[in-house]
Amino acid sequence: MSEPLIPDSTTPLTPSGNLRRRQVVSRITEGAATGAAVVALAALVLVLWTLVSRGAGVISLDFLLKGYPEGVGPMVLGTVAISIYATAMAMPIGVLVALYISEYSGAKGARTLKLALDLLNGLPSIILGLFAFIFIVKAQEKQSGFAGAVALAIIELPLIARGSQEVLQLVPKHLREASEALGVARWRTVLTVILPSAIGGIVTSTVLAVARAAGETAPLILTTSAFDPKSFSINPFEAMPNVPTWIYKVSEEGSVEGINEAWGMSLVLVFIILVTALGARALLARSKRKLSSS
Amino acid sequence: MSASASAAPRIAGRGAGVSNLRKRGDRFGDRAMYGICLLAALLAIGTIFLVGYEIVHGAIPAIEKFGLGFVTSTNWQPNFGEFGAGVLLFGTAVTSGFALLLGGPIAIAIGLFLTLLAPKSVAAVIGPLVELLAAIPSVILGLWGLVVLAPFLQEHVEPFLHDKLGFIPIFGAPQTTGLSVFTASLILTIMVIPIIASITCDLFRSVPPELQDGAAALGATRWEVVRGIVLPTTSSGVIAACILGLGRALGEAIAVSQVIGAGSTIDWNLFAPGSTLAAQIALQFPGALTELHQAALFYCGVILLVIGLVANLIAGWIGRRFSYSGAVNW
Repeated sequence: MSEPLIPDSTTPLTPSGNLRRRQVVSRITEGAATGAAVVALAALVLVLWTLVSRGAGVISLDFLLKGYPEGVGPMVLGTVAISIYATAMAMPIGVLVALYISEYSGAKGARTLKLALDLLNGLPSIILGLFAFIFIVKAQEKQSGFAGAVALAIIELPLIARGSQEVLQLVPKHLREASEALGVARWRTVLTVILPSAIGGIVTSTVLAVARAAGETAPLILTTSAFDPKSFSINPFEAMPNVPTWIYKVSEEGSVEGINEAWGMSLVLVFIILVTALGARALLARSKRKLSSS
Repeated sequence: MSASASAAPRIAGRGAGVSNLRKRGDRFGDRAMYGICLLAALLAIGTIFLVGYEIVHGAIPAIEKFGLGFVTSTNWQPNFGEFGAGVLLFGTAVTSGFALLLGGPIAIAIGLFLTLLAPKSVAAVIGPLVELLAAIPSVILGLWGLVVLAPFLQEHVEPFLHDKLGFIPIFGAPQTTGLSVFTASLILTIMVIPIIASITCDLFRSVPPELQDGAAALGATRWEVVRGIVLPTTSSGVIAACILGLGRALGEAIAVSQVIGAGSTIDWNLFAPGSTLAAQIALQFPGALTELHQAALFYCGVILLVIGLVANLIAGWIGRRFSYSGAVNW
């Protein structure tokens, strides 16, 4: 049967044959891509839902503040303290590295340093645990919060340095030039013009790095896991209680009460991490926008 | 980059009225600033070498005793002082490979969805949510895998796959606990997806819209634009992103050690327990009694370190060497 030479102009145009096949293929792949996004979201929702539904009942003020076994106060305090120690080490070095890249190194030096930072960022955290173990724990023959903090600092360093460097690069050239034109020395320009205008971005990069490091478990298991869960301790020269290793420990033991506790602690940890990460991200986007528009 | 890229800092010209003291102070300040920054940069680079040196140093007893045979030997018996990483390498390859095969396409599809399909407002919500998946600490993902995912897989998914596809050896009989290579692989898949997705998203966004519009104007369907324009221009970056994801999966210790079940044999059955290099360190290091046992775990660390560094270098190299200009920016 042959089709009429002049198609009936009253029927709507519908694709047929090859074009139809191509459109069907395109639809299917569009559906698959949407499905992939749904799958990832479903995983996130499932995990968060489990945390909330099983952890919310456990959490109370006593749970967060009291010592073991009524609560997990020492672990919470220890995690906060270790994060602070790690950041106190990583932040100055990270910012200085970023300054070196943006102010002093040539293009070649910048490439080398960025590569080094990326490599550092790519190191598995368990490797850094092994490093802190042999470098500090074994040398001193005892576990310490300090060793854990050093490992976390190495995790934070590349994140802070890369983040700060990106913000520093956005500092408008005319600010720098104006300062130089006034005859201000380089170091004064850096301290009074460049750093202040980038400080927002630097701080938020640091917060993001802390959020990443706060949940790290692998380095802490090797460096500060043999602690007393009853005692509140922020002394970095002995093993400090901390949330991640405690979650790991009770999940390995597998008792019902322990698992319940673990859900409670996980909910607290995830809540803190997600809130800080989301907040910092929004602030970072804002300060970057401000810098590039000025 | 600033105007003066020269190594030594120079001092800006001064007016006649500036005192000598101030001038000297500035000269000192400039030197000090440069010195401190250089020191920090050297420290960052030195850290990598120090980490590498210390890990190899810790592994020396095992390297001397077992040599390269450690890599192929499948004998891991701490009580008899016999160590070989064959089983662990196998487990590492299977779990990471599985995670990449399943997670890679999903992540790339998410990247396409976020950049090409989703309306801006939807993408602005879903993009950060996918990245949040990366913010969940591995120990919590592992806990979830242990308590929720593993029993579910063991009761529902594994028997189903075994029934329908049991003729393929990898879908063998389910074990009693659900702690298996399969569970570990799925957890790793969840961890790999946000990493690859966020990089590919940036890549796809960098594809010039003129090219895509041109193809669409010639009558290409959306999928044909992706196949003909988007993927070819970004393929090298996508591969680099996958390698970075693989590097992450290879080195994950905690979550894997919680759900893989600490097996000690090579088993093609995905539903059997196994172990990986990183998980073995997390599982056994705190309880390692002999020097040799510790050294053997350090040897695992050396292998992990080498694989990790090589993966990162390759990813960086591919990104620079083959990238559509400006496409790769990490």
